[in-house]
Amino acid sequence: MTRLMASLSLAVAALFVLSLLVGPASIAPLDSLAGLFGGGDGPVAMVMREIRLPRAILAAMIGASLGLAGAAMQGYLRNPLAEPGLIGVSGSAALGAVIAIQTGLSASFALGLPLMALAGALGGVLLVLALAGPRGGSLVLILAGIAISAMAGALTQLVLNLSQNPFAVNEIVFWMMGSLADRSMTHLWLALPFTLLGWVLLASLGRGLDALTLGEDAAEAMGIHLSRLRLVLILGTACVVGAGTAVAGAIGFVGLVVPHLLRPWVGAQPSRLLWASALGGAAMLLAADLAVRLVLPERDLKLGVLTALVGAPLFLHLIYKTRREMP
Amino acid sequence: MRPSRIIPWLAALALAGAAAHADIPKRVVSVNLCTDQLAMLVAGPGQLVSVTPLAANPRTSAMAEEAAAIPVNHARAEEVYLLKPDLVIAGRFTDRATVDMLRRLGIRVEEFAPAYALSDVPDRLTRIGALLGQEARAAELVDRFNAQLAELSSSTQDRPQAALYYANGYTSGDASLAGQILRAAGFDNVATGMGYGAIGALPLELLAMADPDVVVTGNPYPGASRSEAIMDHPVVTALKRGRVTGTVTDRNWVCGTPYVLQAVEDLVALRRAVEAGQ
Repeated sequence: MTRLMASLSLAVAALFVLSLLVGPASIAPLDSLAGLFGGGDGPVAMVMREIRLPRAILAAMIGASLGLAGAAMQGYLRNPLAEPGLIGVSGSAALGAVIAIQTGLSASFALGLPLMALAGALGGVLLVLALAGPRGGSLVLILAGIAISAMAGALTQLVLNLSQNPFAVNEIVFWMMGSLADRSMTHLWLALPFTLLGWVLLASLGRGLDALTLGEDAAEAMGIHLSRLRLVLILGTACVVGAGTAVAGAIGFVGLVVPHLLRPWVGAQPSRLLWASALGGAAMLLAADLAVRLVLPERDLKLGVLTALVGAPLFLHLIYKTRREMP
Repeated sequence: MRPSRIIPWLAALALAGAAAHADIPKRVVSVNLCTDQLAMLVAGPGQLVSVTPLAANPRTSAMAEEAAAIPVNHARAEEVYLLKPDLVIAGRFTDRATVDMLRRLGIRVEEFAPAYALSDVPDRLTRIGALLGQEARAAELVDRFNAQLAELSSSTQDRPQAALYYANGYTSGDASLAGQILRAAGFDNVATGMGYGAIGALPLELLAMADPDVVVTGNPYPGASRSEAIMDHPVVTALKRGRVTGTVTDRNWVCGTPYVLQAVEDLVALRRAVEAGQ
């Protein structure tokens, strides 16, 4: 248990440092650390503080958010297929963000972008939970997810196609696949408050989710207010997914893969899976962001491409397993 | 010679002239922003019957006023065919399906490659002049272009380092029209030193490390976009702080027309400002 926490933390720390040391500008490791911590505002300090540091922090932060949101949704719906990207929450958040940018709201009001993405994510979660019902049967959940993803994706493309800006259409890929290239501290400050709030909300769900494994009646008997639990889950997920998507686009599969891999290690206990998935998600996204910089450094390969390459086969495996379990 | 004898002689001359100019197109349609402007420069009255909407947009076109009077087409085969053109001029990167369709319908389509150097401008002018039967007008434009370019590109010893930086973090090296404009104005392009030929993505980190004297950024279009937000990144802002900065005005930079000289002239003024600041 503590060994798992120690090894996951170590992995996150190592990947974080590695992320600071990798980039198109070849700067010696010692020079880069000097640039990061030392004074001065030369080119090296600028690269380290304004380009690599926000990128590494955002990767860890958004990865943790996605892992946490995935674990919480899976715990509440008692369904391993629940994941913010797959069920359309990320897509809805991207729609909100695109509307904020295209209407000029994000330019006139700093918090317009994360708030609109949050509103989009909130709409997505509410729709999924309303359509899938409290028990969230796999088939209904996936159908609802497909419907919401398709609708959000189509509206996002429509908004970008209607834009009078010649570059807007090319941005469809970013909003669908996500990227951390050239993000700045400004983006970090935009996303941080909502992310922290979401983490606090989701982390408070541990006891309730543990009780829920015994069934809804048993959980109610143990003094868990299910409607309150549900509300906290909705708000927490919307906060973390909205904030993350607003600055990095919709990154899928992290919330699916990480809880699935870590579940055996925590004895399938939802409360322990929450923090483990947060650390695991941070490690996975840091690794994916390192990979896009190492594999095709010139091409701005999108993060979602890598996470989907890892996540899609696992998803197929889950469907196969679910089908076998169905009567 | 008696007048009665002159008349048939003149008539014969006119007929011969008409025969020689039988292939001068009377209805020309342009389906590309750059050919729009080339055609507007040389075409005779009423010869050019349609241009693209971009040609009438002052952001993208240096001849927006002239284009406002000409009907627009959206480079779709059907609408172009209905204009009954005897010549269609297109860009090399005009949709293949459209060009092939027009050719199948028996319409003559001439394609123009984009300009990659300032020396391509006289070349394109001469060709459009020949196609439209306006050789004299084209030759006049070529002469004027060459004279003005020679005047602008006076040699300079001190060449400041400049970087072009556009939406999505793209830059241009010397093998592009924009790179050539920069060179002609007396700047050294940092992208060329890094091995960029034509156009390519310049990672923000490399731009920061290159630390150029001048950053020339693109001019954002209306309707915000994420792609253009990169030009407001704190690193770019820091590179511009306290220094002379330039802007790529697309209308003068995109097409190989004599209007590129306006871009060169703006950059020469920029270089003078850099020198004055040093």
